[in-house]
Amino acid sequence: MTIQAAPLAAPRPQSRGGQAGQHGRVAWMAVPALAVFLLFAVLPLVGVLVLSFTRWDGLGAIHPAGIRNWRSVLSDPDLLHSLWVTFEVMFYSWVVQTPIAILLGVFTAGRHRYRAVLAVFFFVPLLLSAAAIAVTFKALLDPNFGLGPGLHSDLLTQNWLGNPVLAMGVVIFIVSWQFIPFHSLIYQGAVRQIPLSLYEAASLDGAGRVRTFFSITLPQLKHTIITSSTLMVVGSLTFFDLIFVLTGGGPGDSTRVLALDMYRRGFGANQMGPASVIAVILVLVGLGIALGLNRLGGRADDSSLEGV
Amino acid sequence: MATLLGATVDQPTERVTPPPTPAVGRGWAGRNWLAGLAGWFWLLVVLIPLYWIVITSFKASSDYYQQNAFAPPSNPTLANYRLVIENDFVHYFVNSVVVAVGTTVPTVVLALMAAYAIVRGAQSGLLRRIQGLFLMGLAIPLQAAIIPVYLLIIKLGLYDSLAAIAIPSIAFAIPLAVLVLSNFLRDIPRDLFESMRLDGAGEWTMLWRLAFPLTRPAMVTVAVYTGVTVWNGFLLPLVLTQSPDRRTMPLAVWSFQGQFQVNVPAVLASVVLSTVPIVVLYTIGRRQLVSGLSEGFSK
Repeated sequence: MTIQAAPLAAPRPQSRGGQAGQHGRVAWMAVPALAVFLLFAVLPLVGVLVLSFTRWDGLGAIHPAGIRNWRSVLSDPDLLHSLWVTFEVMFYSWVVQTPIAILLGVFTAGRHRYRAVLAVFFFVPLLLSAAAIAVTFKALLDPNFGLGPGLHSDLLTQNWLGNPVLAMGVVIFIVSWQFIPFHSLIYQGAVRQIPLSLYEAASLDGAGRVRTFFSITLPQLKHTIITSSTLMVVGSLTFFDLIFVLTGGGPGDSTRVLALDMYRRGFGANQMGPASVIAVILVLVGLGIALGLNRLGGRADDSSLEGV
Repeated sequence: MATLLGATVDQPTERVTPPPTPAVGRGWAGRNWLAGLAGWFWLLVVLIPLYWIVITSFKASSDYYQQNAFAPPSNPTLANYRLVIENDFVHYFVNSVVVAVGTTVPTVVLALMAAYAIVRGAQSGLLRRIQGLFLMGLAIPLQAAIIPVYLLIIKLGLYDSLAAIAIPSIAFAIPLAVLVLSNFLRDIPRDLFESMRLDGAGEWTMLWRLAFPLTRPAMVTVAVYTGVTVWNGFLLPLVLTQSPDRRTMPLAVWSFQGQFQVNVPAVLASVVLSTVPIVVLYTIGRRQLVSGLSEGFSK
């Protein structure tokens, strides 16, 4: 519009003089966002560390408690168990999701119309709330009223959520069902960025499809694999709502991940101090794994975000 | 430039695929049978539960136990939907809309202002440090912060209100929103700002007259993402509210399961009703997004 007609050859010195004052004039615009963010996201993160050294029942006054919470939580076998379950969920969901996500990423990267249409369907589970998904699968897998009896299939009529091994399997399946499309989207972007010339060279050299996949596609996806894995692993620390609604941590404590343990102690048993200790552990585990994975990938920052 | 500014408004794009490329495109990807197999297999994995949800929600609860689970309803009925709606569904729905709008609009406005400041003040050390802070914020897990958030909300006297859900949601949505918007703002040619400034426009005017219209596609992305996240949020409503009056969709669906028990079709009807708005939003957002990106800066 009019903008285009305006003279573009602005005298440089003048614009530089203008810029010195500009920062002051523009900085205030960041203040509202910064204030909300500091108060309700950064302060709580600091606060949880402070609260881990206090005794608080969630209603009354907060009393200092020294390192008592830390000592009691760290010596509690329940914590070790929750940590173990958390790592199990992390590991299995990574092992299941990664190969499928890569395959689907390669598939949807092909520029065919039907593939784009399929990709739209793949995305739908991401739109459902974890609560809705958990409620659905709980009904679907009910040994009396679910899929198995509905199809009169003995194989499908299992006590899916009542058996520790099966319950873990169900959690992993649902997580994959919901999140694989997200990761395949990341891989799709990355696959499209691989230079076509590499494939041409490979085919001139007579490499087959499988060979091409393993010696070109996969190595080229290295940084994307690190990114996707980081998101997967750190994300798996936060499967609270799904597990809360689906199994409540059960049967017994077989799917009780750290986040659930924290909720149980804090909002179930009104022990905010020990719950805060677990929250701090949650942050540390997440940070540790994210840093470790990035070191594994060599380059840490922007490059690994390619394709996101 | 004129077409660029007009494009996002005038030209609806009807397809979701990237710009036309011959169907053969990348031959190597086309011949990868394993990926093809995975693609069709995954379509089944995704669609079977979704199909089951939808057909079952139209079955009479008495038919549910007698029919084949995957057969379409022999006597389709809306009774389940009626039952859900009679159980205050509309009230919960309105709660969710209030929280989603009350989170998304402030998030987009605040993040746009912050992103504008960060991009326009790129030389200032202060603003660079602020940007770093927002980036760090991407790594803060909501779960880990929930106990202090609960304490803050109590101290502010907001416990058991819809604002109690919206305000922390804004705080946790801001980092990603700032990141996306500032990446987008950075691509606006400097000359546009310069020429507008020479015309006598201040930063505030440029924000709304220049940056706002040009970042529309990015704002739609941010808004859709924030809206979906908040709509589906479970932990904040669970911890920060208690009365049934304040329930949002995910809490309502969860409590319907407790309430309807073995009436699976009714539970699934509530799942469908809670998801429809998101699917609609996604459909609209996706169109805007694609038209914006393909017409936008041709980057």
